[in-house]
Amino acid sequence: MDVRSQISMVFHLDKCIGCHTCSIACKNVWTDREGTDYMWWNNVETKPGTGYPTKWEDQEAYKGGWKSDGKELELRSTSKKKIVPNIFHNPSMPSMDDYYEPWTYDYKELFNAPEGDDQPTARPISMITGDPIEIQAGPNWDDDLGGSKVYAANDPNLSVLSDQQRQQMQAIERLVMFYLPRICNHCLNPSCVASCPSGAMYKRGEDGIVLINQDRCRAWRACVSACPYKKTYYNWSTGKSEKCILCFPRLESGQAPACFHSCVGRIRYLGNVLYDADAMRAAALRPDNELVDAQRELILDPNDPAVVEAALRSGVSENVIDSARRSPVYRFAKEWKLGLPLHVEYRTFPMLFYVPPLLPVMSVSDGALVRSDVDALFADIEKARAPIEYMGKLFGAGNSGKVRYALRKQLAVRIWRRHVTVGDVTAEAASKALLEADCTVEQADAIYRLSTLATWEDRFVIPPFQREAAMEMMVDPHEHRAGAGFGFREAPRRS
Amino acid sequence: MINDFVLFGVLPYVALVLFLLVSISRYRTKGFSYSSLSSQFLENQHHFWGSVPFHYGVLGVLAGHLLAVVAPRAILSWNAEPLRLMALELSGLALALVTLVGLVNIVVRRLENRLARRVTTGLDWLVYGLLLLQVGSGIGVAVVHGWGSSWFATNLTPWLWSLARLSPEVGFVASLPWLVKLHIVSAFVLIGVFPFTRLVHVLVVPNPYLWRRAQVVIWNRPRIHRGHGG
Repeated sequence: MDVRSQISMVFHLDKCIGCHTCSIACKNVWTDREGTDYMWWNNVETKPGTGYPTKWEDQEAYKGGWKSDGKELELRSTSKKKIVPNIFHNPSMPSMDDYYEPWTYDYKELFNAPEGDDQPTARPISMITGDPIEIQAGPNWDDDLGGSKVYAANDPNLSVLSDQQRQQMQAIERLVMFYLPRICNHCLNPSCVASCPSGAMYKRGEDGIVLINQDRCRAWRACVSACPYKKTYYNWSTGKSEKCILCFPRLESGQAPACFHSCVGRIRYLGNVLYDADAMRAAALRPDNELVDAQRELILDPNDPAVVEAALRSGVSENVIDSARRSPVYRFAKEWKLGLPLHVEYRTFPMLFYVPPLLPVMSVSDGALVRSDVDALFADIEKARAPIEYMGKLFGAGNSGKVRYALRKQLAVRIWRRHVTVGDVTAEAASKALLEADCTVEQADAIYRLSTLATWEDRFVIPPFQREAAMEMMVDPHEHRAGAGFGFREAPRRS
Repeated sequence: MINDFVLFGVLPYVALVLFLLVSISRYRTKGFSYSSLSSQFLENQHHFWGSVPFHYGVLGVLAGHLLAVVAPRAILSWNAEPLRLMALELSGLALALVTLVGLVNIVVRRLENRLARRVTTGLDWLVYGLLLLQVGSGIGVAVVHGWGSSWFATNLTPWLWSLARLSPEVGFVASLPWLVKLHIVSAFVLIGVFPFTRLVHVLVVPNPYLWRRAQVVIWNRPRIHRGHGG
């Protein structure tokens, strides 16, 4: 058993209000430079919808992630066999058209236009060339367009639904949508790392954060094709790929990543989990419908003495193990089975887990009136407007049972709390709901507390990074006393 | 004569010294820039018809030149049979034409597409100009002065080896036609400017990828136990 610690995350989708504050926080901190202008390391999509880049989930076109025949794992895009003949032109590389051409407005014109009869206007201009452009689309062009024939109807995940179900989802009174915030998943088995011809991409051993060495990246672009989530981006100006770094400089100083910290709905949780790296390969070879369980089995119980012993033997320190014991991610993803990985069928084992949204029928039209129906709040999840198969395609690799379990448990907690706080649900009914949802009273209270009342310290359990100890391994602090603290780095410029 | 000595006795050394020193020093001091700035992300269709034929063509052509330098006798004995000579000449010409098609596509694409043009620098245009001159003059030589595979082996190979022995025998090239001389001179100019331009990506071809394991894990602290994963 090779025990490692991995920083992982939970996004509670029932709480996401789609405000894009996370995206803006990230953009302002990391991607407001030339070449990164089109990148959104954090973006928020409306589901059903086509997302960013457009239809990124369509791996027949984009060729991201791994494929498996049960014996071997192979990259869909450029495996070792395929890289040699395709090194000069990447066959599955998305282009800027799949994202969007970034633009700004010619604000100067508002001030400098000569006097005339018309109001001066600020025309959109390309942030790449400076030429005036016609804006065709943007990164969140499908925002809130749950019923759109252009966006929602083209969601690749709808393929699992029958025509009738699809038409129902388009019907105006059943229109349904929810928000899906996405960042790099910092996968256990990252296909981007495996695809990099230069070996510039790597996973940090101590915390599992996936990074790109900017000096070693030589612009082969294989990672852009290989990442099934399209979360590595090509910087067209420096000729280097860039991606979400999980704000590791912030984490190392005990702060939550910018997108986590700024989240208005407080939907984001972060903590480390322990996992068995030796078991990963076998887990990645399991059939699609077992993958959610396979990933859960990789995550180890930090309270199990055998795990603790193995972790210490693998070099995980005592206080990192202690942090894993308090991790909100462990509780959501492993203990409560509420957190589910997004598209685990890509076999990268994404370490960002989503609590699926309940999306209940909130109101019922009664002739000309729309009346609020309290009973419907607690109606069976099978009647929810988003077909369970659709959610199963997103969060269960087609195994809807995993989503049904998570939704039923959330619903049971809601019924239980209704009993406690309002009292119009009987104790028997509430207990029965909990029992059916495989949930104890203690667990229901814990889920309620962590979902709704959690403080900063509850939501972000950041393990000690021990960078000071790591630095001492590389440089002797006494020898470097009074030296230049930050060293001499080359500016990221080509000329 | 003095011109010939400068062009074929001095210029090659200047070019090679520049190539060696600048390649190494740029790798050490400006490692960030050591690649070719791909523009496939900005334009993904025309790119295929430029990059692919050019690279495959130029690799074939360079392999042919290299073969003539290291194994001139083998080339000459192969060429003893007229049919085999024709086959060699024609396949060389075909490869050169493939290279030219790719190169023209590359240049046209970078002129036409406003996004690709945005990331094309002056040095890139210099490279494309020199490459056009090089490939064009090479095809010219192949068409006008036939049987180049044979006279390369008899004249140019001994001259190149004399350069390697540091006693350049310019006489081997002095009598060659001007088109051939142009081809030689522009080749050494290309070698000289090579380390300053995008061409350096040739030196960092990612061959270790083929035998490294899939996942790369970097530890800050040495580990007590190392697993299979890295």
